[in-house]
Amino acid sequence: MMRSLLFLPGNSPSMLINGDLLGSDSIIIDLEDAVSPDDKDAARILVRNALGFFRYRTTVVVRINGLDTGYWRKDLEEIVPLAPQFILLPKAGCAQDMLTLDQALLALEQANSLTPGGIRVIALVETAVGVEHAYEIASACPRVAALALGAEDLTADLQCKRTKEGAEIAYSRGRLVAAARAAGVECFDTPFTDTDDLEGLEQDARLAKGLGFSGKLVINPRHVGIVNQAFSPSAADIAYAREVMRVIEEGRAQGKGAVALHGKMIDKPIVARARQVLDAAEQMGVKA
Amino acid sequence: MWKGMNHMNLTRAAGAGTDKSGDVLVWAEPGGSPVQIEVESSVADLFGGAILAAVQETAAACGVTAGRIRIQDKGALDYVIRARVETALRRSGGEA
Repeated sequence: MMRSLLFLPGNSPSMLINGDLLGSDSIIIDLEDAVSPDDKDAARILVRNALGFFRYRTTVVVRINGLDTGYWRKDLEEIVPLAPQFILLPKAGCAQDMLTLDQALLALEQANSLTPGGIRVIALVETAVGVEHAYEIASACPRVAALALGAEDLTADLQCKRTKEGAEIAYSRGRLVAAARAAGVECFDTPFTDTDDLEGLEQDARLAKGLGFSGKLVINPRHVGIVNQAFSPSAADIAYAREVMRVIEEGRAQGKGAVALHGKMIDKPIVARARQVLDAAEQMGVKA
Repeated sequence: MWKGMNHMNLTRAAGAGTDKSGDVLVWAEPGGSPVQIEVESSVADLFGGAILAAVQETAAACGVTAGRIRIQDKGALDYVIRARVETALRRSGGEA
C-alpha cells in the first residue's frame, strides 16, 4: 500500500540518509530530473551504495532516466543488483516502452540471480501520447504495477498552463484511473508543486482520492503527512464499512436476499467498497 | 553489489563529490605505485583510520594500484566515501 511516494534526489547524501525517517510509504530515489547530466554517473554509484548501506525499510522506487536517453541502461546496471522493489520509468509512451524495459530488467535479474520479474515497474505518464496509450501501457506485461501521472511535463506537452485547480488535467486523471483499474494495477496522482500551500495540497489530495487514485507522488517531506491522511480511510468510512459488513452477515443468517442500512439498499458494489475500505485500513494499520 | 574491476589505470585528473555537509570531495590523478592517499577531515582523530580503509578498499575493488587520491571529508558516511572515491577513480580511468 503506497499512499505517499516521496522523491529524494539521487545525488544528495543529506537526503538519502533520511529515506526511512520522513514518514512516506515509499521513497522515489531520483536519477532523472534531480540530477544534472554531468553527475549521472556519480548519482547512480551513490544510490547503489546507499541501497546497500541503508537497507531501507520503506518501499524503494528508483526513477531511472528515460528510454530516449543514453543513461537508462547504465542506471539499471548499477541499481538492479540491489533489487529495489520498483523502477519508475519516466515518459512512458506506449506498450513497447514497457516491453523494452521488461527485457532489460529480465536480463539483469537473471545475471544477478534475482527472481525474474521480481522488480516491478511504475509507468510515469507525462505526455499526451502516454495518456492516450494508458491502458496498453498498464497492461503491457505483468511487471507493470502502476501508472503515475506527471502533470508538469504533460501540461507542457498539452500546451496549456498548469493550475492548482487542475481543470487542464481532469481528462488525464480520469483516463489514467480508468486505464489502471481496467488493467488491474495501481494509480498514483501527480505531485502538488506548491510546497507552502498545505490547504491546497489537502484539497488536491482529497480530489485525487475521490477520483480513484491509490496514492500521490510527493516532492516535499512536509507534504507526506497530509497525503497519507487524505489517502487513509477516515474513521467514519471504517465505521460505515463495518456496519455494511454486519448487516450483510445478519441478512445472510436470516436468509434475506436483500438488506438495507439507514434506509438504503446494500448491493454488491457497496459491499465491495466496504471490503476495500476495511482491507485498506488493515494494511495501513488505521483504527477507528 | 558492484563486482569491481580487474585493473584500472588512472589516466587523467578527475574529481567527484561536493563540499556540502555529509558529502566528501575526492580528487584522483595518475601517479606512482603504490597508491598515495591523503585524507583531510575534521573528524580525522576519530575516523581517519576508517576513512583511509574505505579509500584503500575502494581503490583495490576498482583495480587501481597506482596514482594519487586526495580526500576532503565533510562528515560523510562510509557509503558516501566509497561512492565518491569510486566515481572519481572511474572518471580518472576514463570510464565516465
